[in-house]
Amino acid sequence: MTERITRDDVAHVADLARLSLTADELDAFTLQLADVLDHAADLEALDLSDLEPTAHPLPLVNVFRADVEGPTSDRDEVLAAAPSVEEAQFRVPPVLGEVS
Amino acid sequence: MSARALAAAVRSGDRSARSVVDEHLAAIRSGEPEIHAFNLVLTDEARAAADEVDRRVAAGEDPGVLAGVPVAIKDNMCTRGVPTTCSSRILEGWRPPYDATVVERLAAAGAVLVGKTNLDEFAMGSSTENSAFGTTRNPLDTTKVPGGSSGGSAAAVAAGFVPLSLGSDTGGSIRQPAALCGVVGVKPTYGAVSRYGLVAFASSLDQIGPFARTVSDAALFLEVIGGHDPLDSTSIPGAAADLTSVLDRGVEGMRIGIIEELSGEGLEGIAGDVRARLGEAAATLEAAGATVETTSVPSTVYGLSAYYVIAPAEASSNLARYDGVRFGLRVDAPNSGDMHTATRTAGFGDEVKRRIMLGTYALSAGYYDAYYGKSQKVRTLIVNDFAMAYGTYDLLLSPTAPTTAFPIGEKTADPMTMYLNDVCTIPSNLAGHPSMSVPFGVGDDGMPVGVQVLAPAMGEPAMFRAAAVLEAAAPPGASS
Repeated sequence: MTERITRDDVAHVADLARLSLTADELDAFTLQLADVLDHAADLEALDLSDLEPTAHPLPLVNVFRADVEGPTSDRDEVLAAAPSVEEAQFRVPPVLGEVS
Repeated sequence: MSARALAAAVRSGDRSARSVVDEHLAAIRSGEPEIHAFNLVLTDEARAAADEVDRRVAAGEDPGVLAGVPVAIKDNMCTRGVPTTCSSRILEGWRPPYDATVVERLAAAGAVLVGKTNLDEFAMGSSTENSAFGTTRNPLDTTKVPGGSSGGSAAAVAAGFVPLSLGSDTGGSIRQPAALCGVVGVKPTYGAVSRYGLVAFASSLDQIGPFARTVSDAALFLEVIGGHDPLDSTSIPGAAADLTSVLDRGVEGMRIGIIEELSGEGLEGIAGDVRARLGEAAATLEAAGATVETTSVPSTVYGLSAYYVIAPAEASSNLARYDGVRFGLRVDAPNSGDMHTATRTAGFGDEVKRRIMLGTYALSAGYYDAYYGKSQKVRTLIVNDFAMAYGTYDLLLSPTAPTTAFPIGEKTADPMTMYLNDVCTIPSNLAGHPSMSVPFGVGDDGMPVGVQVLAPAMGEPAMFRAAAVLEAAAPPGASS
């Protein structure tokens, strides 16, 4: 049987998901994710060719509120929950370029 | 005492809300150290809210249908200014700037919020062992799990800490712990209860619903929290269904199908004692005048596989917001990319990481069609099979969980074994249908067994009628 998911695959998705794994974690997660994907292999026997995918249980439509004024979140209360704030903005470490 | 009786006593002035709340706070103080149902108990806030209810009664006002009733909510529902953790390090200490709609509605009905209950981190789990803040224990046997992910809310009701609580159910997270703790647990129709302020796990599946010790209390609570909310774009228009006044109408003439694939010998893992109670429940409904027969809903067995692709896929997207920028934990690093990674690595537990990676994988180029695309089509298959079954039957029946409560630690090393707990509850989430777990006797180990009643979308009235019949005829439950 071909491997469902390799250690390299897991390292790659961890990177995409912004997670850092130790070597031991990589080994364990690879086995566990393979288990789940192995179970999902029972779907391979189904003929699904005539079916449309269902993304959601309800027929979703855009919902717009009436264009009237109402209370909004308090800026200071929202900012108070942030790890770092400067001049009413979220402060983050440098995104691009050299660290000064 | 039921929530109904407590509210009636408070509204009539026979009892003060303060005495009701103090009595429950005392029960929490004595039992909580062993059970650990709560992440946070709001002693002072609850007393102040109770005093306000009493002031209104004294002033001749009606505080509402849940006047003075102590209520607990799962700690993934936002409470303004009050820590909301999702049992995750990544949200530890976070105080939301707004209340969830359900929180506003229970307060408007006079209920008193006494605490935030423990859960599997971000509602991912079936045993409440994935909490960053410790495991909740089953009040009926503290060596056993309470189920999950809403294990704290189920345990709080089973332990007598509160008569009512709220959970959220993405793949069985209300119904399975209700079954394992011997209480009533309801997953309403998708969209029947606002999710504004519920921290998202898998948005096409998540639904808030009640726990209670009686079917009647669950009905009352669902009426209070249900109904349209303009703040949730998936909220169904219209008022909440009237359940209270139909509860005693019985099941005479109803057609009820037992789902063969989730109940029979064919499915590995459904224990013999659970199957026996299901058979007795079916006989009870038949004796009450329903036609009950076994029927096939073939694709339900594929729900588990589809769910453990779809739910992680949605979770991987929803949980991308925890990046250390706007709220919650930040682990500092010299640049933003490393800060995101350091924060998420330190803040999320293993089960959350597993599901984020599984979902990221299922959505990634080259695997999307094989996993996510296929699972969405299986979802269509399940919707179609249910539609076929509900062409013949008013309600369907299955076990809620494959076994009674299992020992703490038994399944933590093997995630796939843990996931199998949800095999009977997942199909309703995939279809957006309501279903509920009703306690129906005990297993060979003396622990509670739950029977699941399933209904088509908006089928809550018939579902509650059957639940009331089962409750009235249920064999003795477990005693702690």
